[in-house]
Amino acid sequence: MQLTVWTYEGPPHIGAMRIATAMEGLHYVLHAPQGDTYADLLFTMIERRAKRPPVTYTTFEARDLGSDTAEIFKSAALGAYERFQPQAMIVGASCTAELIQDDPGGLTKALGLPIPVIALDLPSYSKKENWGASETFYRLVRGLAAEQPKTSANRLTRPICNVLGPTALGFRHRDDVREITGLLFQLGIDVNVVAPLGATPHDLTRLPAADFNVSLYPEIADVAARFLEKEFGQPYTKTIPIGVGATNDFIVEVCGLAGIEVPDLSAFASNMPWWSRSVDSNYLTGKRVFIFGDGTHALAAARVAADELAFTVVGLGCYNREFARPVREAATELGLEALITEDYLEVEAAIARLQPELILGTQMERHIAKRLGIPCAVISAPVHVQDFPARYAPQMGFEGANVIFDTWVHPLIMGLEEHLLGMFREDFEFNDSAGASHLGGHGAAEKVSDAVAAAGQAGEGAAGILHWAPEAENELKKIPFFVRGKAKRNTEAFARDKHLETITLETLYDAKASYGR
Amino acid sequence: MTQLIPPLAQKALGDCAAPAPARVVLRERGQREVFCGLTSIMWLHRKMQDAFFLIVGSRTCAHLMQSAAGVMIFAEPRFATAIIEERDLAGMADINEELNKTVSRLLERRPEIKLLFLVGSCPSEVIKLDLGRAAERLSMTYAPRVRILNYSGSGIETTFTQGEDACLTAMVPELPATDDAGLVVVGALADVVEDQFARIFEALGIGPVHFLPSRKAGTMVPVGPNTKFLLAQPWLRDTARTLEARGATHLPALFPLGAEGTTSWLKAAADAFGVSAERFHAVTEMPRARATRALARYNDTLAGKSLFCFPDSQLEIPLARFLSRELGMTLEEVGTPYLHSVHMADELALLPADVRLSEGQDVDLQLDRCREARPDITLCGLGLANPLEDEGLTTKWSIELVFTPIQGYEQCGDLAELFARPLIRRTRLAV
Repeated sequence: MQLTVWTYEGPPHIGAMRIATAMEGLHYVLHAPQGDTYADLLFTMIERRAKRPPVTYTTFEARDLGSDTAEIFKSAALGAYERFQPQAMIVGASCTAELIQDDPGGLTKALGLPIPVIALDLPSYSKKENWGASETFYRLVRGLAAEQPKTSANRLTRPICNVLGPTALGFRHRDDVREITGLLFQLGIDVNVVAPLGATPHDLTRLPAADFNVSLYPEIADVAARFLEKEFGQPYTKTIPIGVGATNDFIVEVCGLAGIEVPDLSAFASNMPWWSRSVDSNYLTGKRVFIFGDGTHALAAARVAADELAFTVVGLGCYNREFARPVREAATELGLEALITEDYLEVEAAIARLQPELILGTQMERHIAKRLGIPCAVISAPVHVQDFPARYAPQMGFEGANVIFDTWVHPLIMGLEEHLLGMFREDFEFNDSAGASHLGGHGAAEKVSDAVAAAGQAGEGAAGILHWAPEAENELKKIPFFVRGKAKRNTEAFARDKHLETITLETLYDAKASYGR
Repeated sequence: MTQLIPPLAQKALGDCAAPAPARVVLRERGQREVFCGLTSIMWLHRKMQDAFFLIVGSRTCAHLMQSAAGVMIFAEPRFATAIIEERDLAGMADINEELNKTVSRLLERRPEIKLLFLVGSCPSEVIKLDLGRAAERLSMTYAPRVRILNYSGSGIETTFTQGEDACLTAMVPELPATDDAGLVVVGALADVVEDQFARIFEALGIGPVHFLPSRKAGTMVPVGPNTKFLLAQPWLRDTARTLEARGATHLPALFPLGAEGTTSWLKAAADAFGVSAERFHAVTEMPRARATRALARYNDTLAGKSLFCFPDSQLEIPLARFLSRELGMTLEEVGTPYLHSVHMADELALLPADVRLSEGQDVDLQLDRCREARPDITLCGLGLANPLEDEGLTTKWSIELVFTPIQGYEQCGDLAELFARPLIRRTRLAV
């Protein structure tokens, strides 16, 4: 039994949902009780997807247990097939359904649907989200990829590859795919299939037509890539093109796999090297940075931080034990001991002890950073809604390097504001309890609004018109701080308008009724 | 899984399904796009400031709690999940011993906890982990410093707000007995709303008044044969029944949404405590007039607009009553996860005779009906809102209704505004 408040990874069926939701023409029938549909909002709210995930949940109840949960599964699977007409289906169980052992695979097989049905066995009590995504993608590739004639119709003279790994709810996957497929095209390499993001089950049957595979996210793609290598002789890339140096290495690696000359790399410009060398960046030197995320992104961030920004990495770790080894090796090279844990309290303790000047982490570390008042940039899943930007913002390739420079350095530049806070402590608007604006003013917000309120009070005292009755003043404090100032101003304007001397509770609510929100 | 676990025995679900006479209710079973009862912990753990909720469940439960609402802003929320692992299930570890250790670690870390709820989940119910006995056992260890209670918030038994019902039901037997007359307001309310109601009851001369749950678990609400109680929320079937078993009397009324609902609700208490009509009028006249003024602001936006409610919190029926009667909206369909005909009797009597009521859900069929109806505004959960917006339908997320102060006179305008805002936004946007 493990005591948990916040988790880095969901259960493995969430990983399967990330694959299903990324793809087109695939449907997932999930044997699950009421409530497991919460997972839909990860995609519709956090990622702002405009379509519901292609998932049918059986929604069994206590009264169904022991009688006909299997029947419920069969009718849900049949109903989903008829309604959504998918090219293929995946079927499986969430944690509760795993316990009742209804065998979704066998039940669906018995239905004899005229499409491929792939049964998933995702052990909820021992495995997690990334493993679930990886396993689901592997099962799909294994189940659908078919031997292809080696020279397919769309094959001209250019080498051709697949891009594997991007999913729904991935950190910047949408933009990484665009950046890397663009880079490959510039190098003279065509892309056969990108999967799972945007691929159909039919597309997966075409995977073997490529010369090699690009594994963008090893956590998700490597198991499938190894299968394709073994089965169809397709080698796959090991370099993750995050940062200028790694992108250059990636170019050398793919050119090798494609059997083409490495082009003059100066043609592929990134602003990042110059931005990092310009004098303004001097103050970045030796900034103490703490890095935590999934193994792949943490490793990439450590290289960029040390080699391309001249930061000092003071902590490095990951939450997925499957990638602990390379993270440990990288930490050792930096003279550190890697932090491999899925307990965010341990991460918080490490950060508090190390007192870094910048945290590069997940949304969990962003919350830790807010609490500790340390600047932070997000480098890895799990991420929240603000980490799905409207703009093009890849992490990979040369544009990704530009984005990384901006997003990591931005909180530090804003950090100069703190010097001013330190110098002019008595300023009622910018005192040291106000908190830096780039940290959202968290932790100190209450004091700030009180200071503003006090200042306002003094001004009115001088005018000698309005008096707040204590009960009305107490009521005002119950209003959230971010609208309290407005409520106060409105109430006072209302009271003046009505020629009142004392603001009572009644006045407060009279004003509220007449102003609305 | 290598081990066969016997399925849970069928549980009686009680008498929740009897419809009001002469009303046709569409009952559906199928995929339900609703939260499970664990989700009520989102507000319960903020309301009861010295209580802690320990979910005994799976990684899915923990993931739900952090994903379903933006509660991660709380560094140390007053809830956590004890995640059952393979070794607990395979018998390699004694699951009760593991639970003892987990609770001991938690109470060491959080010495300020006075009341600990062990909250059952789907997996703990299916493996028949007896949390009632665990709570008794642990209570003996930690009494009197910590009281330990248990309830189930599992999705196989509870929908969303029913979690609060189960939680309060677990608290009722613990409440001290009294023979004194008094009023208890049942159901978690925002603190500001609670304070407004307390002031009104004081002005009416009704007292003592207690709120269940109260802000401090240590503040025990006395209950007995002379206790009268008002339901502030529509999802408290079992809590009401348990209070009645202790001799308390339910005061039937509309729920306190809108001016009409609030007046009916307050009047039920006033009548039970012998408050004169003059005094009631004097106390409620001003806030009622304010509510009417505040609502008038949204009349142009909402009057004549049609509403379609997907089932979510059980607030749907009182809301539909408020929106149709006080703001002139028309009702396409009012869905509710459960229809409790007794508590809803007064509400249902005020709904138009021809409104389509639905209980339970088959989400794909309901979406078909919604698309067919093309309502002006659709009340639905977060999983459906963006996809419906993308289809050109205007939506209101139902979860906001349980996270916003909406009850009472002073919140009437805010409640109307919640529905007006998406409509206004759509007319303003030109992109």
